[in-house]
Amino acid sequence: MWKVLSAALLFSVVLGAQSAKYGAGRAPSAEEIRALGPTVGPDGRGLPPGSGTAKQGREVFAARCARCHGDKALGDVGPALVGGKGSLATAKPVKTVGSFWPYATSVWDYVNRAMPFDKPGSLTHSEVYSAVAFLLHLNGIAGETEVMDAKSLARVRMPNRDGFVPDGRPDVKR
Amino acid sequence: MKRTNRRDALRLGAVLGSGLAARGEEPRSLGTPLSAYGERSPFVKPVRTMRQTKTPEAGSSATPLADTYGIITPSSLHYERHHAGVPNIDPARHRLVIHGMVERPLILTMDDIRRLPSVSRIHFLECGGNSGGEWQAKNQPDVQRSYGLASCSEWTGVPLRLLLEEAGVKAGAKWLIAEGADACKMQRSVPLAPELDYALLAYGQNGEPLRPSQGFPLRLLTPGWEGNVQVKWLQRLLVTDQPHMTRDETSKYSDLMPDGKARIFSLPLEAKSVVTFPSGGQTLPGPGLYEVTGLAWTGKGLVTRVELTFDGGASWVEARMDEPRFPRAFVRFRMPWRWDGKPVVMASRATDETGYVQPTREQLVAARGMNSGYHFNGIKLWRVGADGVVTNVEGA
Ligand code: HEC
Repeated sequence: MWKVLSAALLFSVVLGAQSAKYGAGRAPSAEEIRALGPTVGPDGRGLPPGSGTAKQGREVFAARCARCHGDKALGDVGPALVGGKGSLATAKPVKTVGSFWPYATSVWDYVNRAMPFDKPGSLTHSEVYSAVAFLLHLNGIAGETEVMDAKSLARVRMPNRDGFVPDGRPDVKR
Repeated sequence: MKRTNRRDALRLGAVLGSGLAARGEEPRSLGTPLSAYGERSPFVKPVRTMRQTKTPEAGSSATPLADTYGIITPSSLHYERHHAGVPNIDPARHRLVIHGMVERPLILTMDDIRRLPSVSRIHFLECGGNSGGEWQAKNQPDVQRSYGLASCSEWTGVPLRLLLEEAGVKAGAKWLIAEGADACKMQRSVPLAPELDYALLAYGQNGEPLRPSQGFPLRLLTPGWEGNVQVKWLQRLLVTDQPHMTRDETSKYSDLMPDGKARIFSLPLEAKSVVTFPSGGQTLPGPGLYEVTGLAWTGKGLVTRVELTFDGGASWVEARMDEPRFPRAFVRFRMPWRWDGKPVVMASRATDETGYVQPTREQLVAARGMNSGYHFNGIKLWRVGADGVVTNVEGA
């Protein structure tokens, strides 16, 4: 999908300039880059070591997530994280991790960066794998004992993987 | 002449026995002394309205558009939209890292950035969700709450292109992953598209450093694109060959179509305008002369025309636009209008330099259904009743 979009790129940056014109800043150390935390691509690039299952995730969720998302992840202070499958083309679409998100890698990335909402960055990477495995299990996407890690998570096929299309505007007929 | 005045004054003084009488005017008391940081007049009260939420750190506040003049939004009234609160960042400790598919990965201090050639430009910023309630005609009572997630400032910063050239983007790179230093480390994938020619790494807003709620000390500014992609508190640009399909470009800020497919990376904001006077919640005190005014903008360059209707869209007349106009900035339009006291349905309609004409809500709904949520830019109708009260037309 994004390949369609990328085809039209024409940004006028000079590619691969051999030298810096102003010499601004300096080279970061590997540690300075690492300290920013992982960046995660939909192909799994950037996912760190660690692993977890839905079984383990059930406990992480009860302890760290249920307070806001509800015991069954049906939503409370935070949004619902399950349900909505088959609703997207109806008058009342319900967009959740299960019904809408195209990549499981993005769930890992988001929970790792932004959740728990009031204390992001407080989970270990394996706890994040476990919590994500649990959410996938609740949505019928992964088995209870399926191990989620950098490799297996990237292989998960989300139900709405093909649900995203490029911007179609301008699209108004007069 | 002089003698008469003095005689009058004497006579009055004799009667009242006071200095007031002697001068025919009140004595004046001194004003407040100098102040280190200015405040507005205590008689001026407009504030941002905040949407009710249990998690105000992931909320929004709206600009009182109807209470602003010209095209610049006072920084204190710029709309806010955050997903994890406003971080309190010491600029001396802030760093921007540029890495990934570049010849020379860079880490820059704010001083490093400010020493580079900079520019100042006026641009609007609008949340992709602004006026989202209009899709389902769940209209807010006033223009602030329905259109106020849009503001306009003069921004100062270093062209993004300059820093990407410093780093040396490698062939095959197609995306930037921009990341903020807020609690959720907001991340968006930014296509290396032609529109980035206008992009800035901005550190200034309206003559001073960015306000914390606008990304102090550094934000990405991609003029003409939805606000969320213009990552605040910018700490990282990863140059790469694929978008990361982050939560805020998939789960949020994508446009769900009636067939269940969602448009992604629908970043440019199309031409839009709204009448801010008269507008919802206001009351005209009676028939007579008024100045109809409002704001127009487009992510596609210059607004070239704004028209007004006073008969619900049957006929349109051209409004005057304040000059100079800037691309991807608010344009202020105006028209003198004599209200005869009869009910009237009025609206504005903007055209941009590509020839695109702001559509009606019906046209938008016909194209995208009612559940796309984001990027609403339809014509906004206001009804002025015989009692002078201004209300929504659709969904009212
Ligand atoms: C203090 C309350 C709170 C806690 C605890 C919490 N969340 Fe959240 N969560 C939220 C809020 C609020 C949002 C919406 C944030 C926004 O809109 O930016 C959210 C959003 C999410 C989303 C994105 C939903 C979507 O469809 O866009 C996911 C996934 C999620 N949370 C998972 C978790 C997990 C897993 C945990 C436990 C590790 C957790 N949350 C703990 C409040 C919480």
